[in-house]
Amino acid sequence: MSTSETRTEDHEDHEDHEDHEHPSDQKYMQIALLLAVITAAEVATYFVHIGPALIPTLMVMMVVKFFIVAAWFMHLRFDSKMFTRFFVAGIVLAVSVYFIFLTVFEFWTKG
Amino acid sequence: MSEETTTGLSHNKLAMWVFLGSECLLFGALISTYLLYRNKFYDGPAPGDIFDIPFTSVSSFVLLMSSLTMVLALSALQKGDIRNNRLWLLTTALLGAVFIGGQVYEFTTFIREGLGYTTSPFSSAFFTLTGFHGVHVSLGIVMIMSLLISSYRGKLTKKNTETVEIIGLYWHFVDVVWIIIFTVIYLVPNPTS
Amino acid sequence: MTDTMSEETPTEEQRPLGVYTRPKGGNGWRDWVTTVDHKKIGILYGAAALFFFIIGGIEALLIRLQLATPNGTVLGAEMYNQVFTMHGITMIFLAAMPLAAAFANYLIPLQIGARDVAFPRLNAMSFWVFLAGGIFINLSWLLGGAPDGGWFGYAPNSGIVFSPSVGMDFYAIGLQITGIASLVSAINLTVTILNMRAPGMTLFKMPVFTWMLFVVQLLLVFAMPVIAVALFLLMFSRQFGANFFNTEMGADPLLWQHLFWIFGHPEVYILILPSFGIISEVIPTFSRKPIFGYDFMVFSGIAIGFMGWGVWAHHMFASGIGPLSVAAFSISTMFIAVPTGVKILNWIATMWGGRVKFSAPMLFSVGVISMFTIGGLSGVTHALSPADTQQTDTYYVVAHFHYVIFGGIIFGLFAGLYFWWPKVFGHMLDEKMGKINFWVMLVGFNMTFGPMHVLGLQGMSRRIDTYSPGFGFEAWNMVATIGSFIIALSVLIFLINVVVSVKRAKGQPPCPPDPWDARSLEWITPNPTPEHNFDEIPTVESLDEFWHRKWGTDDEGQIVRVATAEEVCQDGTATGVHLPSPSYWPLIFAIGLPFLGLGLIFNLWLTLPGAILIVVSLYAWIFEPVDDPDGPHGEHHSDKEEVSQEASDV
Ligand code: HEM
Ligand SMILES: [Cu+2]
Repeated sequence: MSTSETRTEDHEDHEDHEDHEHPSDQKYMQIALLLAVITAAEVATYFVHIGPALIPTLMVMMVVKFFIVAAWFMHLRFDSKMFTRFFVAGIVLAVSVYFIFLTVFEFWTKG
Repeated sequence: MSEETTTGLSHNKLAMWVFLGSECLLFGALISTYLLYRNKFYDGPAPGDIFDIPFTSVSSFVLLMSSLTMVLALSALQKGDIRNNRLWLLTTALLGAVFIGGQVYEFTTFIREGLGYTTSPFSSAFFTLTGFHGVHVSLGIVMIMSLLISSYRGKLTKKNTETVEIIGLYWHFVDVVWIIIFTVIYLVPNPTS
Repeated sequence: MTDTMSEETPTEEQRPLGVYTRPKGGNGWRDWVTTVDHKKIGILYGAAALFFFIIGGIEALLIRLQLATPNGTVLGAEMYNQVFTMHGITMIFLAAMPLAAAFANYLIPLQIGARDVAFPRLNAMSFWVFLAGGIFINLSWLLGGAPDGGWFGYAPNSGIVFSPSVGMDFYAIGLQITGIASLVSAINLTVTILNMRAPGMTLFKMPVFTWMLFVVQLLLVFAMPVIAVALFLLMFSRQFGANFFNTEMGADPLLWQHLFWIFGHPEVYILILPSFGIISEVIPTFSRKPIFGYDFMVFSGIAIGFMGWGVWAHHMFASGIGPLSVAAFSISTMFIAVPTGVKILNWIATMWGGRVKFSAPMLFSVGVISMFTIGGLSGVTHALSPADTQQTDTYYVVAHFHYVIFGGIIFGLFAGLYFWWPKVFGHMLDEKMGKINFWVMLVGFNMTFGPMHVLGLQGMSRRIDTYSPGFGFEAWNMVATIGSFIIALSVLIFLINVVVSVKRAKGQPPCPPDPWDARSLEWITPNPTPEHNFDEIPTVESLDEFWHRKWGTDDEGQIVRVATAEEVCQDGTATGVHLPSPSYWPLIFAIGLPFLGLGLIFNLWLTLPGAILIVVSLYAWIFEPVDDPDGPHGEHHSDKEEVSQEASDV
């Protein structure tokens, strides 16, 4: 391994799986609770009107939930960066390409 | 993992992540198509007329919790606890099935209320997007059931945690997609007719 | 393989589920249909792709016959639509892409020093699924008419209203099937390249060919799902009456175009980068110099891969996407020419001052540089959107893309065929006929497509089945038709060359190692490559590892030979190397898919056998261990490396 990039990866990946600190079941439950609370808040926006802040608020909550599931339940926090890279590549590519796509259709201005 | 690979990562897990990266563009295209057509409801019902937010909230919650049970299943197997592994796998599959049941109910209600697959560009896009997601969930259920079967044949032991982990990745991904769908398709204020 | 299922050698009673008598190694037909060897799969890909290339070529000749004279009557309008559509589909999806897959499959494991790909059975599945898809699309000729909506199948024109025959159903489902093959193979090769490199083979010691194909696999991973969605929308519209393209209900007719070209422009690079990779191996070898600017070569490839996602709407300048979009995409398109230009300069600089030897592979490579440059320049003329408004849908565009597709891709693939033929088959192709092959093809190619620039600028539109006399189209069309038959002659010369060379090689010992004084790792194995690839996995110290083992520098800095090829090359005699066992299931899985397609088009009952084949084969596959417990096992694992090279159990 001579590129520095691969070297660091090797370093972190060669530790055996079992050595990683897996979150405890309790931790998982806490995370699920957090997700449940955010979901409740999301649903609440349907009943309680919060005006123009609605869409930004919903988006933030969505991204937070997404992030939590990916980081904890999908173990990206603890796993190799390579996995994160592929997932992030897919997400970033999808978001940017389809953002342009919708822009060309004048989606944001005409709704 | 058994094999020494250049990166130290297992082939199977890496392949699953590459696949999930690919899936982002699949669902991205379906969601964008839906967004493009959400107010093209022609003569049929509009999304704002027909979505039942409380109902969908419950089924979204069910799917979200199935992610919890899936990690618990993995965690049990990592500890060599076969019994709890089976229990949580079964729970996950059941929660998935409840979600699918909810979707079937939702679809039939919509059809009864006049929103068929061919009613409008909106309806086609809606059913296609949520249908694709539903098919993904169903495949996940089939995979989890297959895990359970091999567990009862004595083949799912601590050695196979990685298999469970990989199927779990798929399962969480499907959940994450629904997190987006729930917000973008259901919760964002929808046009009414 | 320390802890997979196969570790316990099962006794008769406890054989794992799904293990029936497994096919054994050998060379009969059964070994070919059950093989999981990346080399055999590569050869299968190559053979199938050449077969489809000939079919697509015959379709091209029919087009040219129809257009040779005004008011042609060879095909008639409806048949003409089908023939040009099938010509495009066949050439792109069934010839150029799989031929690149052939090289990728055969060479990537060898170039990175691996014994196989990461998922050998999935690899076999990719091939069979591709073949099933290709056959499926072509079945349409017999079952009610071929697709007739052009290779990019614009909806709503390709919808049921304007294209009522079953042709476009075959298109939508058939390309979906070949798409599965591409996606699976792309994931497989991505994992292979990342995970199975020989010791010391860092990413930046990989040959440029492997690098370019790595970029291609990533493009496939992210682009295939986009066309998959487009094809699903089309299929659902046609089969189930969905309204994605129903403009009467307010659907947007540009939806398909956008989705198609979001896939379509990356696809263009999926097609061209393998050829760039091939000539990046050939040119240094025959210039006897290392590639000029390896880093630039790699990074420009990556840059092309990235930028390729931001230019798609240049295919839609005339579709009414609005002035702002036109301007933005026009500019991004001009930028993407830069990394491509970098590559061309690098190849020229590699040849510069080298002791260039113009063998057949080198001739074809120089052909790529020159013809692709012409095509690239005409491409830049349509990046300028006002000019494009004049050129689009005329023969000028047809000329442009054949200069890049035929001049850039097909010439490159031929360079690869001549270059690696001895590696794959253990004998050389005839050099003299190879040169004739090149010159005839070059002349025919320019005669066919050069005049199309003129025809296009004169206003002859693309995709018309005929034209009236008196527009000044007659002479150039006749020249183009004659040219197309000269191309056909050159392909015939290639086939004769193959037959003659195979005959000549019969009974002869295989050709000696390293016929070209080559540079990369695949040549360290004997010709043809033995089943286990490497006797011992080499440890890599530098880029062009193989060359550096043969050549060094003396005290004055002169390059001197330090070892002969015979000394450096392995002799292929290792025994007991552990290889994955063959399997029936990939083939059986693939057979199921066309039934699903036929069922959707004609009668839902037909999906039943398809579904059964698929489900049964998948389950049998999953429970079938990679290694056949009855199969011949290696008596010994010679060293640790061997174990590390084993493939995964999927
Ligand atoms: C013998 C060599 C070839 C000849 C004579 C030839 C001829 C033609 C002609 C005349 C057309 C225009 C049909 C029309 O617009 O009415 C055409 C279209 C096309 N060709 Fe070729 N071609 C050849 C090789 C190739 C190759 C090698 C490829 C790709 C690898 C290719 C890809 C295409 C595509 C994509 C189209 C567009 C089809 C469409 O409009 O939907 N051709 N070809
Ligand atoms: Cu393009």
